[in-house]
Parts: sequence; structure tokens; C-alpha cells
Amino acid sequence: MEDNYSKHTITVLVENEFGVLARIAGMFAARGFNIDALAVAPTENSKISRVTLVTHGHERIIEQIVKQLYRLVDVLKVQDLSDEDCVRCELMLVKVSIDSSQKEKVFAILEEYGGRIVDDYQGKILTLEFVKEHEVTEEILAALKSFKILETVRTGNIAMQKGGHEEAFYSADINEINE
Amino acid sequence: MKYRGARILIEALKDEGVDLLFGYPGGAILHVYDELFKSSDIHHVLVRHEQAAVHAADGYARVSNRPGVALVTSGPGATNAVTGLATAYMDSIPMVVISGQVHSFAIGNDAFQEADVVGITRSCTKHNYLVKDVRDLQRIVKEAFFLASSGRPGPVLIDLPKDIQEHECEYLPRDQIKIRKRRLYSEADADKIQQAWELLKQARKPLLYVGGGTVLSQASLELMELARLTKIPVAMTLMGLGAFPGTDEQSLGMLGMHGTYFANMAITDCDVLFSIGARFDDRVTGKLSEFSKHSQKIHLDIDPGNIGKCVDIEIPLIGDVKQSLKALLKIVKKDENTLTQYHQQIDSWWQQIRDWQKKAPMTYEQGEKDITAQYVIDRFYRLTKGEAILTTDVGQHQMWTAQFYHFDSPHAWCTSGGLGTMGYGFPAAIGAQLAHPKKKVICISGDGSIQMNIQELATAIEWKTPVIIAILNNRFLGMVRQWQELFYDHRYSEVEMKVLPDFVKLAESYGAVGLRAQVKGDVDKVIQQALQVTDRPVVIDFVTTLEDNVYPMVPAGGAVSDIVLA
Repeated sequence: MEDNYSKHTITVLVENEFGVLARIAGMFAARGFNIDALAVAPTENSKISRVTLVTHGHERIIEQIVKQLYRLVDVLKVQDLSDEDCVRCELMLVKVSIDSSQKEKVFAILEEYGGRIVDDYQGKILTLEFVKEHEVTEEILAALKSFKILETVRTGNIAMQKGGHEEAFYSADINEINE
Repeated sequence: MKYRGARILIEALKDEGVDLLFGYPGGAILHVYDELFKSSDIHHVLVRHEQAAVHAADGYARVSNRPGVALVTSGPGATNAVTGLATAYMDSIPMVVISGQVHSFAIGNDAFQEADVVGITRSCTKHNYLVKDVRDLQRIVKEAFFLASSGRPGPVLIDLPKDIQEHECEYLPRDQIKIRKRRLYSEADADKIQQAWELLKQARKPLLYVGGGTVLSQASLELMELARLTKIPVAMTLMGLGAFPGTDEQSLGMLGMHGTYFANMAITDCDVLFSIGARFDDRVTGKLSEFSKHSQKIHLDIDPGNIGKCVDIEIPLIGDVKQSLKALLKIVKKDENTLTQYHQQIDSWWQQIRDWQKKAPMTYEQGEKDITAQYVIDRFYRLTKGEAILTTDVGQHQMWTAQFYHFDSPHAWCTSGGLGTMGYGFPAAIGAQLAHPKKKVICISGDGSIQMNIQELATAIEWKTPVIIAILNNRFLGMVRQWQELFYDHRYSEVEMKVLPDFVKLAESYGAVGLRAQVKGDVDKVIQQALQVTDRPVVIDFVTTLEDNVYPMVPAGGAVSDIVLA
């Protein structure tokens, strides 16, 4: 078996039941799997939520993560998305404290990474918003280090498969629930 | 018809065919007990400790293949049930446990006898529910029974707050209750089954490695047919005992740490290993890197999570054991005219196995006076003609029972294989006896284990269950002592039972029959005497040799082929 140690983005469709996030987190903790990032929110169907989690490990571990997720009764569908097949991004908010001489530099970074200012406190404290892949937000943070960073919030990557596959499995599972 | 929640629970249980449950009342489950009082269709067995209620339901389930049911109160009642749940979870036993909970408005307030039972049991149940609305209750009960007994079976817990037990709603006929569909597996992929047969056909040294999944799937007949057609040798795990007749000439007995020499040599040396409802547990594989290194592996299991978890598999078969074996048999039968040739192809393999069997058969020594544990089990086997249901606790006596009772049929063997729970055997025997009132039920235990649930003598007296409790009394926690002898240079740390009750007097104080055997000559006498009793439990104190060890033994962490014979 080829045994590559790598990062994986796993997306999980779950029934919106009481405690489902605890079941997933508990399973990861109980079996010693890692969670690097985790994002959860309902889909367009309020009975179904999507959990996106980023993990890392050898092939065998990733295979076990997928299989053990499937053992949870509230889990409907699990996908291990490879880098090529999906689009990924995370939302990052960064609050920086600047003086007037630094404004130009901030604008340059916003320009380069497609960010925007979502809150401006007296021209001295700016809250910046970026939507980029996790690896890129790392870069942005590094670039912002020359300012005084007061606070950072990131959602962790969310991901979606490219192309037209998604809908096919998705609607089938919804039907199952609505019965 | 409008009922309150407590009544809905009772009616829904009846709808699921429940006529017997094991439990212990308390504050948060009072409404349900009130409804039980009014109902004559469900019998309630009052245990003396909640752990025993769950083990009894477990024993009931193992021998009847129907979900066992237990009922406990909130807080300590539910936490006492946790060991029973974890035991059933590890062995994939179908069970539904209902726990009372404090009022839903009090949840999270550290109320009296409140515990986060759904949180505590999340990792030792297949699924669990907190009922938040009485209108969900009927569906949850139906779903719980479905989940417990479908796919890979397991325990399901329903946590029922006290106010929900009082709330009223409409009770509907069962067929109007819709539950959510779940992934179900029937037979494995047809191409994969074909590939499995192609691989088996090429084998010169094939082996069937049979686990508890074969028992749970009730696939003994199909397994027998496959074994007969192909003449492939059969080895079983602790949980698989009885799936194939232990006395059959194709049986190699038990695998693993205390399995037979020949089964362990066969699994080490085979070239195609066909695992049927087993999960490559560490007690079977020993050191993984040395385990069955030369074989290609076929793994049939209903739980995809078991496949590739411990060892790499060439051909995974995900499906129900019984249905998949049926499909496999169809293919095998198409090749029927080539099977004689196949038997010749594996003939030298059988000769090798016979040589191993001659080198190290399963025997024991019994002198004229002091009683050995193996002799007691052997005599039980002879005097019951192998037809009794056996339960055990955990330790040396458990392994000796597995080695010397030669289970010939499934659903006659209750032991805590995965979790290894001391205190399991006696309550499980009560549950098994109530499921099969006419069968003889024997609990083989040790002087350590039996004290973990000895209080159930009261339950057994009340229900007139003639369970025989055979205590193999060596005044030690024998298995721990064995490890200390072998791996800790005889440093016997806290394993001597310096104080033991007089088990005969203890039995008599409950109203049970108490017997004792001190020398070899007593053994048959007390067993025969015990077998005559039909209206109450019998405790037999077998005073056995002190420091006997269980052999063969694969040393912990060692390779299976490092097996020590004595």
C-alpha cells in the first residue's frame, strides 16, 4: 500500500441532529485522529449540515477516518477531496493598528490579495477581510506582520468538489431523509 | 389514542416484540415503572445492580439473537449501566437500554441524580438519543430497535427525561411510524465474491478464519456447506466459537493468544486467509508485522471500518456474512466437478496440519487428588453432552472454558471477548436462562470474577433460574498472577485473594444450593447433583490447584508463531 502522509480536506454531510458535532469530534478524539480545522453550517436544506474538516495522516489513517465517519448514524455522506478536484477557501478577519504613514502599504496588500476593509476605527484600527485558501491566508498574515496585529479570526478551509458531481449524490441523500 | 410518554414507551416496546426486560427503578424513571405496574404483557426482572441488568440483557440477546432490553434510572443508575453498554458494544450485541433523565428543563443545572448520559455513552453505544419531545418517542424506539439489530449490531441508548414521560401525544400504529433509512448491506459485490473464489481456488494452504460476525449473522449452515465442499480447515476466534462445530474434524479450534498450537501455526503458514466476520483483533494477530505474512487475504465483514484497519487486505468483501456466503456458495457449486482436484491440491496442507495436531494436541493433566480447572470443564462437557449454554467471566477460567467445552453450535456461548468484563458471566447466565428456560445454563467463573456481581443470586432465586455457577477457586486472580509469574519474575502484586467468603454458606444464605468439591472424586458427584436442581441457582465451589497456567500462550507482543506450549 502506498503510504503517503498528507493533508486532506474531508467534507461530511450530516443530519442536523442534536449532538452530531460532538459525535464527530468525539470519534476523532477517541481514535486519536487529528483535526487541523473544522467548519460547520447548515446547507440549503435546513435538515442537513455540512461539516468540512482538515486533517492529516497516512493513507491508512485517512481511509479509517472516512470509514469511521460512516459508522456514525447521523452521517450521510463523506468525501475525501483531493487538492486538484476541489475549490477551497477560508474567511479571515484581521484587526491591525496602524499609523497614517502605513495606510498605503495596507492598501497594497488588500489590492494584491483581494481583501477589503470591513471596519475602520478612526483611521487607526482597521479590520480587514480576506477570502482565500488557507495557504494564502498564511502568506497574508506574514505580510501583515509589519503592522501591529491586534486580533485574528479564521474559519479554516471549506471546500467543494469541482464540476457537476456534487448535485448527483446530494439530492439522493436528501430524499432519503424526507421520507 | 392519546397516551403519556411513559405509556407510549411501554406500547412501543410491545410493538417491537419485547416481553421481558431487566431493570432497576429510581426517581427519574418512576412514571415508566408505574406503567409497567399496570401492564401485564411485559415481565420485568428486578436485578440488584444496574450493571447486571445490562449484562443480563446482553446474555439474553446472545442466545436468542433478539435485542436485549434494560431499564435504569438517571445519574448513578445510568453510569452503572455503562460497563454493560461498553461490553455489548465491543462484541456487537444488539441491545436497547432506556435510562430515565431529570426533567428536561433541569438538564444542565446539576440537578439531583443528573448525569450527561448521552455524552457519557456516546463512545460505547452504536447510537444514542435524548428524547426532547414526546412526539419523537415512538419513532425513536422503533429506530433504536432497528439500529440495534441491523448492519453491525450494537447497543443503543434512549435517555428519557421525566417530564417527557408525562407529556401526552397521539399513539399511532407501528406501521405508520416512519424511520429514516440507513445504509444496509446485504451480499458483498458479486465481482469481488468471484475474485475471492478465484483466489481461494489457487490456494494450496487456505484457511477460514471465523469470528463472531458469523454467529451474529446466523451463517453457520452456509459456513458448514462451504467447509464441506472445499475441505478448507476452519479456525475460530473466541467470539466465533460455535459458529462451526468444535468437534468437527475440519475444526482447528480457537486462534490467538490462548488458541491451539495448530490453529496458530496454520494462520501463520497459510497462503490464502479468508476472514469471515472477524476483525483481526490483537489477541488473534499477535505482533502485526509477523502476522500471516505469506498469505493473501480476503476479508468479509459488514462493517467497512473493520477492513484494512489492522492489516492490508487483497479482496475486501463488504456485506452480511450469511448473504455473502450464500452468493459465494452458488459460485463454488458451479465448479463442483473440480472440487475433488481441489481437495488433492490442499491435501499436503492437511498433512502438515495433522502433524501439528500430533505435535501439540489440546490436553491437560489431572492427578488423582487435586482438582485442575480443565478437568472440571471437561467433566461439565461430558456430563452435559456439550449441550449446555456456557457463560464466563474473564481470566484463566474463561480461556479454559473456550479450550475445553468444544462448542458445537452457535448461540450457546456468552463471554465478554472484546472488553473483557469481570462480573459479566453470572448476570448473562440469568438472561440466557430466561431466554431459554429449558436449556441448562452454566456460568464458569473464578473466585475473583464472581464477586463482582454475586449479589445477583437474589435475582436468580426470585426468578427460580437454575443456573449453575461453577467457581474455579484457585485463591488468586489467576490470569494476572500468570502474567506476573511469566513477565514480572514471580512478583505477585495484589493478586492473592487472602479473604474469600465461604461460597457454600453464601449461596445458602440467599436460598441457593451450595456445593463444594475438594478432590477429584467429588467433581462428578457435585456436577450431577447440581444438574438435578431445577428451581434455584446452584453455586459450586471447586477448590482447584493454586498456580496452574493457561497454555498454549502467545507471549504479549510476540508473534503468533512464538507460541509457548507449556
